[in-house]
Amino acid sequence: MADLTSDFIGIKSPNPFWLASAPPTDKEYNVRRAFEAGWGGVVWKTLGEAGPPVVNVNGPRYGAIHGADRRLLGLNNIELITDRPLEVNLEEMARVKRDYPDHALIASVMVPCEEKAWKDILPVIAETGCDGFELNFGCPHGMAERGMGSAVGQVPEYIEMVTRWAKEATPLPVIVKLTPNITNILYPATAAFNGGADAVSLINTINSITNVNLDAMCPEPMIDGKGTHGGYCGPAVKPIAMNMVAEIARNPETATLPISGIGGITTWRDAAEFMALGAGNVQVCTAAMTYGFKIVQEMISGLSQWMDEKGYESTADFVGMATPNVTDWQYLNLNHITKAEINQDDCIKCGRCYAACEDTSHQAIAMSEDRVFTVKDDECVACNLCVNVCPVDGCITMRTLAPGEMDERTGQPVSGDYGNWLAHPNNPSVTAAE
Amino acid sequence: MSKTPYSEGIQAGRLSPAELAENFGDLHPRLDDHEALVAADRCYFCHDAPCMTACPTDIDIPLFIRQIATGTPEAAAKTILSQNILGGMCARVCPTETLCEEVCVREVAEGKPVIIGQLQRYATDRLMAAGDHPFERAAPTGKTVAVVGAGPAGLACAHRLAMHGHDVTVYDARAKAGGLNEYGIAAYKAVDGFARAEVDWLLKIGGITVETGRKLGDGLTLDGLKADFDAVFLGVGLGGVNALRLEGEDRDGVLDAVDFIADLRQADDLAALGVGRDVVVIGGGMTAIDAAVQAKLLGALNVTLAYRRGRDRMNASRFEQDLATSKGVRIITNASPVAIHGNGAVREIEFAYSDDDLNPTGQSVRIPADQVLKAIGQSLQGDGLPELEGGKIKVSDTGRTSVAGVWAGGDCALGGDDLTVTAVAEGRDAAEDIHATLTA
Repeated sequence: MADLTSDFIGIKSPNPFWLASAPPTDKEYNVRRAFEAGWGGVVWKTLGEAGPPVVNVNGPRYGAIHGADRRLLGLNNIELITDRPLEVNLEEMARVKRDYPDHALIASVMVPCEEKAWKDILPVIAETGCDGFELNFGCPHGMAERGMGSAVGQVPEYIEMVTRWAKEATPLPVIVKLTPNITNILYPATAAFNGGADAVSLINTINSITNVNLDAMCPEPMIDGKGTHGGYCGPAVKPIAMNMVAEIARNPETATLPISGIGGITTWRDAAEFMALGAGNVQVCTAAMTYGFKIVQEMISGLSQWMDEKGYESTADFVGMATPNVTDWQYLNLNHITKAEINQDDCIKCGRCYAACEDTSHQAIAMSEDRVFTVKDDECVACNLCVNVCPVDGCITMRTLAPGEMDERTGQPVSGDYGNWLAHPNNPSVTAAE
Repeated sequence: MSKTPYSEGIQAGRLSPAELAENFGDLHPRLDDHEALVAADRCYFCHDAPCMTACPTDIDIPLFIRQIATGTPEAAAKTILSQNILGGMCARVCPTETLCEEVCVREVAEGKPVIIGQLQRYATDRLMAAGDHPFERAAPTGKTVAVVGAGPAGLACAHRLAMHGHDVTVYDARAKAGGLNEYGIAAYKAVDGFARAEVDWLLKIGGITVETGRKLGDGLTLDGLKADFDAVFLGVGLGGVNALRLEGEDRDGVLDAVDFIADLRQADDLAALGVGRDVVVIGGGMTAIDAAVQAKLLGALNVTLAYRRGRDRMNASRFEQDLATSKGVRIITNASPVAIHGNGAVREIEFAYSDDDLNPTGQSVRIPADQVLKAIGQSLQGDGLPELEGGKIKVSDTGRTSVAGVWAGGDCALGGDDLTVTAVAEGRDAAEDIHATLTA
């Protein structure tokens, strides 16, 4: 049986599944239920300064994108940091940590961009017994307008500065949560690294408008006839998040910076994918908000089964294993030739592959009178669109041509040699060098 | 004392009004918005979709389902109705399990097709409930067309001709327009007067005059119509009922199933309608099923449907057969009626068993019967019709008969498979050909 216990920058938890700082972790009641359900850790909903807490809107806070059967694919929110008094949160955190000493409890913090503010509050919060801090440089709405959240996360110099203050203020591990609302994730990640961060967590939510109310002519969620951009999350953002995780993990300068992966993680497989790209653990929010805390049971059983099947004894065994295989386009092997293949036994003859290829791609699928769909190898460039639009999983696959086999499209035999763009005769710089 | 299912003979009021109301409620109640969205989500929007090919009226099914899924059921209805103006009734009575839904790729993939018929009803009901008629007449052409028969073929033909700007007069022998939709379909498939409402809605196109109580051969002649109109369409259906040709066929309690169904459809009070305790229906088509099921729903204690060949040879689909058995109808096969016994009224009917080629096995059985409903097919009636073949009017692909200026479609015409939806397609296609001819 695989060992799921996790040690992330010295913070131990029964498994690598943490609940991200968000509404599910706003109070003791929720967090106790989360731990009982099996979550390994929580990042408590972001704490602000002492004094009157922030206020939230009193209308809808969430918008959503749905897939078939109203499956929630993307969620956005305009909720702010905790709107409960600091002292209430601290009392509850202390009680929870006392009762669940083996579970990870991280304090997410967002205070104004002033040295005193950060240095005053971190030691106070540390008295709860929390295991570490997460600096919220990510929230893209509301707090950013007040110079916090992503307003900090979008300026690398601020990230480095505040991270340094935090490290000076506390001996506990400091995780810097990054906003994806930037041009290149390496700048903020490098700034956090230079500031002394123990880890980064990403991604926070993405600026978004999910819907427009066409009667009111207003974005949703709509508050008294007006809307504002929210922070987008859920399964729809997973590809964006994974790319950012991989960029940091494969960048030599930040390669040693531990990563807590966040962004649309819904199943054990999503978690394994983030971790394979270099995340030491993962944080989840939308999936819990959609299905409840119980989903962690599937994540635990699924990850355990997969690790057993693969022979991984601990999560550290596979963290980052896919990172070396993330490369630049220019290093891809142009001599690698594949062709689509349609399994006629599995085919249900919907013709979507045909429509997609015929109308929008390479006219490489033939359709017979009796609706048999076959790939024309002499036209197929192996773009994979047919695989992607086929409703039957595994019906269309890509077959790799062996070296020496004829590629009917080019009329050339497949080369067994590696050959990328850098050495390709069509590359102008290759010609120039000659 | 009120009657019960156990009372002998043909009796009214075997069930309470409440039981009857429940029994004759909607077979498939209309999907609500949520159900429709969930069902529409299952459509894969196939290329050159098999369902569309299977539809006799070529409705663009993937398109209308996508229109439902995107919250525009009215647009979906227009997609349906532009191909099939009786799309509302067809959504209720089409044997979708042998047409669009049989070839749905999700039937192939999972054994559960997209419920196309019910989605079609969702869309068309929505539009019709709003009272809108989505089509407009073209400018008047000054041409006139006579349509004989206000059933599905005649109505579809008349509507399409009216749309093209022709003036149409529809004649029907019965008191109401609608044909089999009004008189010949099981009540639970078209509840709340839907057939009547659909005709009223269809006529909103304008340019159509309906004259009921006018029968070809009884004041109307084909020659007279040809003289008075620029074109004639015959959609007269099959007015004659085939006889068993058995001794005792004239005994009390032996009826034509089509009359039994028509009486039921036109009854104001089902509790006043008589039905036997032991009902035997003879036949294997839709009329037989509709008669048998409704006899059961009226409170008959025992209903037996007897068909002379095997189950797979029955014209009624497997879905309809299963519907009948689920309602308590017993289906016996390979049994041909040989005698109707009784003294004045029928008491028993005797069947001889045979194989699928009707070779007798030598065995026979007698089944108690105080009511026998004959549903062994109908035939074309009338003299002076265009050339016939196999007892039906011979027609071209577009419904042209042997007589110039006369078209025909629906059950009275050769070809097709006696479905409402094929009748609609034939009426529509004939209208297009008439239009092309009149405006050439």
